[in-house]
Amino acid sequence: MNPAPSIVLFTTASGAGYGLLFWLGLLRALGLVPASPAFGLMALLLALLLITFGLLSSLKHLGRPERAWRALSQWRSSWLSREGVAALATYVPAGLLFLALLLGNAPLAMLTGLLAAAGAVATVWCTGMIYASLRTVRQWHHPMVPWGYLVFAGFCGAALLAPLAALWGQARIPAIIAALLGAGAIALKRAYWDSIDAPKPAAAPTIESATGLGRIGATRPLDPPHTEQTWLTREMSFRVARAHRVKLRRLTLTGFALATVLALFALPLPGALAALLLVPAAAIACAAILAERWLMFAEATHTVSLYYSGDA
Amino acid sequence: MTELPPPSAKKLGLVIDLDTCVGCQACATNCKEWNTGGHLGPLPDLHAYSAGAEGVWFNRVHSYEAGEGEAGRTVHFPRSCLHCETPACVTVCPTGASYKRAEDGIVLVNTDTCIGCGLCAWACPYGAREMDEDEGVMKKCTLCVDRIYNETIPEPQRQPACVITCPVGARHFGDLGDPTSKVSRLVAERGGYDLMPEMGYAPVNKYLPPREKPAMKPASLEEAAPTPLDIRNPLLRWLDRALSR
Repeated sequence: MNPAPSIVLFTTASGAGYGLLFWLGLLRALGLVPASPAFGLMALLLALLLITFGLLSSLKHLGRPERAWRALSQWRSSWLSREGVAALATYVPAGLLFLALLLGNAPLAMLTGLLAAAGAVATVWCTGMIYASLRTVRQWHHPMVPWGYLVFAGFCGAALLAPLAALWGQARIPAIIAALLGAGAIALKRAYWDSIDAPKPAAAPTIESATGLGRIGATRPLDPPHTEQTWLTREMSFRVARAHRVKLRRLTLTGFALATVLALFALPLPGALAALLLVPAAAIACAAILAERWLMFAEATHTVSLYYSGDA
Repeated sequence: MTELPPPSAKKLGLVIDLDTCVGCQACATNCKEWNTGGHLGPLPDLHAYSAGAEGVWFNRVHSYEAGEGEAGRTVHFPRSCLHCETPACVTVCPTGASYKRAEDGIVLVNTDTCIGCGLCAWACPYGAREMDEDEGVMKKCTLCVDRIYNETIPEPQRQPACVITCPVGARHFGDLGDPTSKVSRLVAERGGYDLMPEMGYAPVNKYLPPREKPAMKPASLEEAAPTPLDIRNPLLRWLDRALSR
């Protein structure tokens, strides 16, 4: 599948933003991050900035962005619509949290923080399900895909929250969470790659079932229907990544590991020094997730490739 | 709207005979011709007169080789929307622009509400949908909904453009929900099948398999025997003829 920059950026940036919003809302309610309203406002603004940048970037992917509001209507059947509804709905508690922090209303901040955290989880889950619900793409129609979206968003969010909390001298909990989720991200991604690299199940579609010509024998493409590319072949038969997949996978895992180690090293350090390690940790975590997301698209194969190359 | 309507009794669709299709591309060409001025027109072409020419087509004709040796066949294979009974392209649509008609099962796109997100094309295993990058909306086969119900054209022409143009009669249009219809009987007689049935989208369109070739007979001894013409010597030839009487 074509890794369109607008979608790769969208899912990474808004994932990081929702992750940050989630940990801010949850940890603030539990008293595990600085209670200072200034810290809360700073983290919340960063989260909303990332979320909004991501959503705007996703609009760039649309052929008719001015009609995007229509995507809120089909939540009964469409995960994309549900994602849109959840994303917009999450702005309500997030906005109220902003007001509560500004006005110093602690009980309201706690309640809206928890609601915003719930909204963040719902939105990221919907994002993952958009992909996981597509039976046409074997690498996406996988039980680990939506969980992966949650783990990567949580990892990136905690990695972003940690340096901010460090500036207020209380980075311990977010740094531990970032390290744990970093290790979890490595384990999850390795298990996922092992799973999609395994031989295809016998029930997976083949060129023989796609054409029904298996009754004659093994089938192979002879003449393509067109000599040039089409939107379909550009969108569905992206193959650049196959050549570099091993290196890119290694880079992704190295990034996760590096961010995890930096977060662990920052644990015993006092505020500003910890921030010196936690800022690069957050940057590396986000960059690694960007690479992961690019690979998630580039490595995915669509059944329509069966008609063109005989393989998918 | 993108929730599927209850299954309709009427299931309009195509039956494509892979035995007779000669791969001439007439169906694809006439489809483009009709539809560029039809319900979903225009169907744009990009760089139409230079390298990298590409455009939106609703019908693409592939050719495949199937089988090995004497059993091997070259099969021409037109690919278009199959107007599935449970199409994922409809249920994934976030706007309701993609829909299945309750009355006859045709799957259509409302280009006035489509946002061009492309998710329906991702959800379609058959590659039936193509993005119109000029207009920023998704387009697909309409089963010539603007021909088959069109009372301004003579009745025999109220068929999809691909069907009416096929020079070998390899394409048939009709109601596959009615077991007594011509197309349903054809499917029953010839063993018509679904593409990728394992995906579970229950395509309405059916494909008729290439007929089995008669088994090749080994050359018989009689054929190998010399004929009178093989005898060069005129005297011997006369003798052979005389003795054969």
